[in-house]
Parts: sequence; C-alpha cells; structure tokens
Amino acid sequence: MTQILFKNINMKDLQTMKVYEEQGGYQSLKKAFAQKPEEIIEVVKASGLRGRGGAGFPTGLKWSFLAKDVFPRYLCCNADESEPGTCKDRELLLKNPHMLIEGMILCSYACRIETGYIYLRGEFHDLNFIMDKALEEARAKGYLGKNIMGTGFDLEIHTHLGAGAYICGEESALLNSLEGGRGEPRMKPPFPAVEGLYAKPTVINNVETLCVVPYIINEGAEKYASMGTEKSKGTKLVSVSGHVNKPGNYEVVLGTPMREIIYEIAGGIPNGNKLKAFIPGGSSTPMLPADQVDVLYDYESLAAAGSMLGSGALIVIDDSVNIVEPTLRLISFYMHESCGKCTPCREGTRWLYQIVERIMQNKGQLEHIEKMEDICDNMTMKAFCPLADACVSPVMSSIKHFRADYEEYFKNAPVGSV
Amino acid sequence: MSGFTFSENQEKEIAGILSKYPFKKSAMLPLLTLVQRAERVISPEAMVAISEKLDCSPAYVQSVMSFYTMYHTEKVGKYMILFCINISCQLNGCDKLLEHTAKKLNIKVGETTSDEKFTLHREECLADCTNAPMMRINDTYYGGLTEQRIDQILDSLD
Repeated sequence: MTQILFKNINMKDLQTMKVYEEQGGYQSLKKAFAQKPEEIIEVVKASGLRGRGGAGFPTGLKWSFLAKDVFPRYLCCNADESEPGTCKDRELLLKNPHMLIEGMILCSYACRIETGYIYLRGEFHDLNFIMDKALEEARAKGYLGKNIMGTGFDLEIHTHLGAGAYICGEESALLNSLEGGRGEPRMKPPFPAVEGLYAKPTVINNVETLCVVPYIINEGAEKYASMGTEKSKGTKLVSVSGHVNKPGNYEVVLGTPMREIIYEIAGGIPNGNKLKAFIPGGSSTPMLPADQVDVLYDYESLAAAGSMLGSGALIVIDDSVNIVEPTLRLISFYMHESCGKCTPCREGTRWLYQIVERIMQNKGQLEHIEKMEDICDNMTMKAFCPLADACVSPVMSSIKHFRADYEEYFKNAPVGSV
Repeated sequence: MSGFTFSENQEKEIAGILSKYPFKKSAMLPLLTLVQRAERVISPEAMVAISEKLDCSPAYVQSVMSFYTMYHTEKVGKYMILFCINISCQLNGCDKLLEHTAKKLNIKVGETTSDEKFTLHREECLADCTNAPMMRINDTYYGGLTEQRIDQILDSLD
C-alpha cells in the first residue's frame, strides 16, 4: 500500500531531527531552492493536491491567489483539529513534526512568506512542546532563521495555542483568534489571500496538506498525480472510528472502495452487528446508509453519493443504534460551538436541539420533521461561515435515510403532544 | 495598577511570547493561558494585568476570555478532567463511563471536588477518536477507557 505521510510513522524517535534526516527529511529544500518560487507553485498545482482540512480546495491555486506585491505575507498552519471523528493531524504532529516544518518552509518559499504560525487547538498543549522542540532543532540546523541555506530567504515559524473553540478551525475565525480576538468568522470577501492575518495576504493550510508538499517536491508532481482518481490525486489520511474492530488512522490512495476501508483496513464491524450508516468525512458531512458502502473514497464519488470527503474522518455506525441518538449528540455539539454571531446558526442549532430532544422524549409528531426541514432550509448558506450548514448535514441526512428511526419515537407519543 | 502581578519568570516568558508577534494583542490567548495554568482561574485582577501588558481595555480581555472554554472564572481543580462525549466516544459507551466517573468523584458533571483535586467537565471532540472512549486530564490523553481503567487512572493521581 502506498504510504507517503505514514511511511515511517511508527519509527522510533522520528520526531527528532537526526532520525527524520536519516530518512531523507529536509532533502526537498535543496531541490526547491534551486527553482524559482513561482515554479514551486506550478509544481504543487500540477500535483493536483487539494486541501485536506475539509473543503478540498486546490492547494497550488490557493497559493497563487495571494495579492500581488503586497508584503509581508503570512502562513498559518491550521492545526485546530476539532471536527468530530478527526484525529489524523494529531498523529502527524505527535510523531512527525519535522514533516510539517519542511512543508511549511516549502510553502513559505513558494509564496515569499517570512513568518508562519502553527495554530494548535488549546487541548494540544502536549503537542506544543513537541512542535517547539522540533522548531528549535530546525533553527539550530539553519532551516529556519535568516538567509536559509545561503539563499537569502528568511523564515521564522511560531506555535500558537488556541483555547477551546471548534469555530477557530474556520480560517477567518482562526485569524481573528490569532490576532487576539474572539474566534468569530469574518465576512468574505475579502479572502485571506488578499486580506488575512493583520490584513495582509495569508495562506492557511491544514497540517496534512502541508505535510504532503515535501513528497511532491522530492518525487515530482507527475508521480503524486499518478495516484488516485481524475479529480482526487494522491493519498489521504482517514481516521476510522466508531463501530469497527480496528479503529485507527490509515493512509489510503484516493479512490479506494469504502467497503475495503471499513471491512478490510478497519477490520469490519464488531459483535456480529451489521453496518447501518457511515459518516464519510467528519460530523459535518452527510451520513450515508449501508447500501452505499460500495462508494469510492474520493472527492467526486462521495459528492455524487450526496456527501463529502471532508476532513477524512470516517465514523462507522452499526445497526444497534437508533440514528436519532448520535444525531442529537451532533446537534448538541454544533449548538455548543456556534459562536453566536449569525442568527440562523445561533438560533437554528438550538431549535433543532429542542425539537429532536422532544422527539427522543416520545413527545414528537410527524410535523416536527417538517419543522426541522424548514429550519434547516433557513440555516443553509445563511451565515458567515459553514457551521450552520455543518449542523444541517447530520439532521437532513438522518431524515433522508433513516426516517423510520424518528418514527420509532412517534409510535409512543401521546396524542396532541406537540 | 492591578492587584495581580506576574512573577519574574512569568515576565521573562511574556517577553518571549510578545516577541513572536508584530502586534501585541496577538499575545492575548497565550497570556490568558499562562494565567489559567498558573492560577487555575482567571480573576478580574489578572484580566486588568493582561490588559496593561497588551495595551487594551480590561473589558476587551474579558470579552475574549469568555469566548473560549478553556478559561475559567471559578477556580478549577488540580486535575481538570475533560471527558469526551462526542459521537465516536458516544458510540463506544462514554455516557455510562462519564456517569461512573462522576459517581466515583462524588460530584456532578461540571463540578469540582471539595478538596479542589478534581474538576469534571463534559467535553466536545478532543481529536483522539480512534482511541474512543477517551478523556484528557490536564495535558495527558487517556484512551480505551473502561470503568476499571478510569478507577486506576484516578487513583494513581496524587
């Protein structure tokens, strides 16, 4: 199986400069510095790499959008991994911090950036130490600092800890948080490439995205693009959790059948139960029923099936569960994490919670489903950021595919209980 | 002048933090975190001290502080238990385990034990879903929880 990000992931002391370099670490810098920055962007474009944080935007294209001739520019690595089900970045940061630093150096060189920040979620305080140590090693080696490897290129990278807010994974909220404010999203446009951190052009990339870049520079865009499908190139880390025998983070080539991931790689469903549903890309992506298990794991196939690849968190749910239970838990999550700025999100998440809670108390009726659909309609694309839309995903997909699970609760509802 | 003063070591640390950013205000979360970790609470006096460091109003500090769940205006225990209850942990039986933990500590979720040793909070996804059910105590992640394992972990903490 092709392994790019997880090739040596369990090697002892991989987090140290010594072992990382022995495995070919930082070799890409020489190769990159022999080329012009614009050429690196073209290589990344040609590789077909898409953002691994959730939205799947083409990485090279994002880099090329930076406002021309405006400096300084900033790089923010989004390490605010909080999408329920997702824990791949944590493993990368914990075991292979230098890979991220190498990727950030390449991105910064390509985009003429001199300052980078790694925005770690507050709960990753343990990883902050690991990252700071790795950055210190990179400084001592001359991979960071002034005039890196005699090229005249300067770069400094700092860690920055958040303090417990899912919304700070949204890029403009992350910027507000990094500037010392409340993590509320900004109205777009302007996009961060034009006005980002401190109102300067800014690249924001996920940990996994940046970690792929050294491979692309070392091995060439063609080799990376030769893996995967037409629109989904390369490999993807997938965090498989929930009802599987072997939960874990796995690296798969895009286009791998979902069936293979669930039943072979993750060892199938435990306790003799059967697959009921799976959420393919983190809690913000619509769940799919078991009969769609033959969908391919790539951006376009999952979109065609009515869901998304998202952040790469595959949550597997077996047939012992009434889907309304995890749905309520997810609504509760979005209600808790809504920053409160936009009314449709702040109120909509709460109303949905109240209705589904009533349904679960056997106080629901069929018309509640219509009301939920109506609320969802008023939340979709109505707010500054996609948090409201994310809450709509589990709600609408659970109604679409598992209406019978809601109706289970209606059976016991007394007449006139609305 | 505020009634809160930073120690000499903290002053050094603050100087290091401020040097990371072109604008002081970016040090807001790092300074709040520094105080929270040292004091286990962020008092109004500390907010004033931070506002003086960052050249902004104390009200602004309070506004930012109140946005984030990891800052507390009531002192938390020596051990902060964040118990994940999100979907992957829910599917793996976290609700019963959380109940067990609260019972063992003889507190309700959200409370602190009378000896100020433990605070127990229900927490949203902590990004360790493949080890569900899991919890975080101070800076350490504990996965693969069972009632027995929780008892062992809690008993092992001084």
